Amino acid sequence: MKNKNAHVTGYNRWGYIFLIPFMVTFIVFQLIPLCSTIYNSFFEHFMNGLTEIGPNYVGIANYKAMFKGGDIWKYFGNTMIMWLMGFVPQILMSLLLASWFSNPSLRLKGKTFFQTVIYLPNLIMASAFAMLFFALFSDVGPVNSLLQNLGILKGTYQFLAHTSSARWLVALMNFIMWFGNTTILLLAGMLGIDTSLYEAAEVDGATSNQVFFKITLPILRPILIYVMITSLIGGLQMFDVPQILTNGTGQPTRTTMTLIMYLNKHLFSKNYGMGGALSVFLFVVTGILSFIIFKFNSKDD
Amino acid sequence: MKKFKKVLALSLACAMALSFTACGDKEESTTEAQKDTEATTAAGGDDTTAEDTEATTEGGNVAAGDEGKVLNVYVWNEEFKERVEEFYAGYEKTDATHGKIGDVTVNWVITPNENNAYQDNLDAALLAQADAAVDDKIDIFLVEADYALKYVDTDYTMPVKDLGITDADLSEQYQYTKDVMTDSNGVLKGVSWQGCPAGLVYNREIAKDVWGTDDPAEVQEHVKDWDSFYAAGEEMKAKGYLLTSTVNDTYRVYSNNVSSKWVTDDMKLNIDPNIEKWAKDAKAMVDNGYTNVADLWSDTWKAGFFPEGKCFSYFGPMWMIDFSMSADEEGSVGYNGGWGLATGPQGFFWGGTWVCAATGTDNPTLVADIMKQLTTNADVMTDISKKKSDFVNNKTAMATIAADTSFGSKPLGGQNPYGMLAEGADKIDLSTISAYDQGCNEEFQKAMTDYFNGNIGYDEAIDTFKTAVSEKYPALIIE
Repeated sequence: MKNKNAHVTGYNRWGYIFLIPFMVTFIVFQLIPLCSTIYNSFFEHFMNGLTEIGPNYVGIANYKAMFKGGDIWKYFGNTMIMWLMGFVPQILMSLLLASWFSNPSLRLKGKTFFQTVIYLPNLIMASAFAMLFFALFSDVGPVNSLLQNLGILKGTYQFLAHTSSARWLVALMNFIMWFGNTTILLLAGMLGIDTSLYEAAEVDGATSNQVFFKITLPILRPILIYVMITSLIGGLQMFDVPQILTNGTGQPTRTTMTLIMYLNKHLFSKNYGMGGALSVFLFVVTGILSFIIFKFNSKDD
Repeated sequence: MKKFKKVLALSLACAMALSFTACGDKEESTTEAQKDTEATTAAGGDDTTAEDTEATTEGGNVAAGDEGKVLNVYVWNEEFKERVEEFYAGYEKTDATHGKIGDVTVNWVITPNENNAYQDNLDAALLAQADAAVDDKIDIFLVEADYALKYVDTDYTMPVKDLGITDADLSEQYQYTKDVMTDSNGVLKGVSWQGCPAGLVYNREIAKDVWGTDDPAEVQEHVKDWDSFYAAGEEMKAKGYLLTSTVNDTYRVYSNNVSSKWVTDDMKLNIDPNIEKWAKDAKAMVDNGYTNVADLWSDTWKAGFFPEGKCFSYFGPMWMIDFSMSADEEGSVGYNGGWGLATGPQGFFWGGTWVCAATGTDNPTLVADIMKQLTTNADVMTDISKKKSDFVNNKTAMATIAADTSFGSKPLGGQNPYGMLAEGADKIDLSTISAYDQGCNEEFQKAMTDYFNGNIGYDEAIDTFKTAVSEKYPALIIE
């Protein structure tokens, strides 16, 4: 008996050995940068032209400077608003499409074709996509002239000079780019549901709404949590689309400036201290929000 | 499991310790590098002051064989390269980014300007200059006026005098081109072959339609100062024309005529009254419907290059008229020679490229000769002016061309603008530039866009500007 136990433990050791490549990569590329970011956030350290200033230990001065004036909350708000504006339609659309695609009784034709097509926008580089929208919605762009020719607009509408239209453009782009991806994730989850459950519901006379809300959604919950958390993290890191669309200004009046765009602003002077402080803030916020979503979605279990 | 936890804790602790030591190492190495540069520059400085004349004569006699075999030139476009290839005697082109002068290989390092890429690359190379292998050291790099002082006011650029270029050699150059490259101790650190005095480029058809004349002297009467210029805006509007293509067109004219620097000597951000005046005047222009709110180089800005754009004027130098205003595109105003050039409300300049020698260069003789030939040799410069339509940095050469009645610019309908531009170049005063001009100018225009669009008030726009500057330049004190 003792002998057998030792054998099992010895065998389990292989598990740790197989973990080594991951652990090494994780430590070198994630853990060390994470620790050094936190470390750097307590120093004044930047380039003034060609002169290096610091590093001087300044305690929490960087954090104080970051929260002073409350700009950071404004950028956080911008990020969350634009994420929600894109994510809410995205998850609804994806649920609808996924339930259609997974429903055999609809006998949809060309399913694979459409699944591929809705995924295609995600293959385009976000920056290229943003450039395209920038050209389409510019003051002398095709959208403006089309709307004017149709008589919908009287004069030029400056899409990027108004907060709501600029934010909607960002949200629209994120929506178009990511709804295909979300649909495919949800579809995979739905196809994994045992069809006998649906058959049983049908025999019991459940309506399709009841089937969706009572069977599909609850079983889909783990996938939904996964989609929400990955999308939230992606949303908090929103950068390329608004950056390119507004040429880095976050115009108008910085209402489309996201946290990462703000972080990028510190890159100009290679400001390790402020950059570090902002990254730590982002790390904490991401952690808290992910935890909330996780708790919120799994409390019934 | 307990053992594993121990191992994990140990590895975490190691990771922490490693990251700390990593930081420590970096600090040390950079300070060492700084010391090195200081040492080399100090040594260089001593030599030249001690045996000033001797050193220069010796420099001239040094056989090329004693110096480095590779000349590294950092640039952001083909402009300087084309001029060296074509006008520097003895240059042989080997391929797109390499050439030969005697037995020295010339290596062109071209990084585009976009997103600050050129400066980022140059900064990294300059900071590593002291430790770089001899053949990898930067020998020549180019700068623009907006950020020239960032490089000029450091020891990374060599004084022109140390290269053996005397004040007499430079006497024909326009003063403003020297002002830009003079550091805070009054030492000249770079030279240029071109000047970029600019004027008001107006559409002749529109001038005829509104005032019945397209003669530069008579048009000048209508735009001779800002009051007349904005009054002209009303006349333009009445006939359905725009005064300028975008609101930012007038910015450089104002920002070149400031009376104080963006950053004071005690590192405080300072907004000059003339910059504030621009914001107010420009806002009035937008509100009166004389112009569009858009960036320079945007499609809206470019619309006026064609008659359909119905735009009366642009502010710009010769290079803009020749290369940027679609002059070679059929149907454009420039293609049909439809532009005229007037002095405009105030003199200003736009653009220009300066040549600097990097401290630590292993080819000082060659660097000095390239500078001398391209920026002080009147024959070479006249040649450049004729073949490349550059406004060259040589008073005599420009006077000769200005007097040449057979010369006329095609996009300007045969007008010879050089006399007018030369006069403007003499008047440009650039004693008020700072190392932070590029960022401040860019951010000011960006911040004002929302004000012009009516989204926010002036004070809010100024706050936005200050925030943006504080992000770019954390060293500045902003009140």
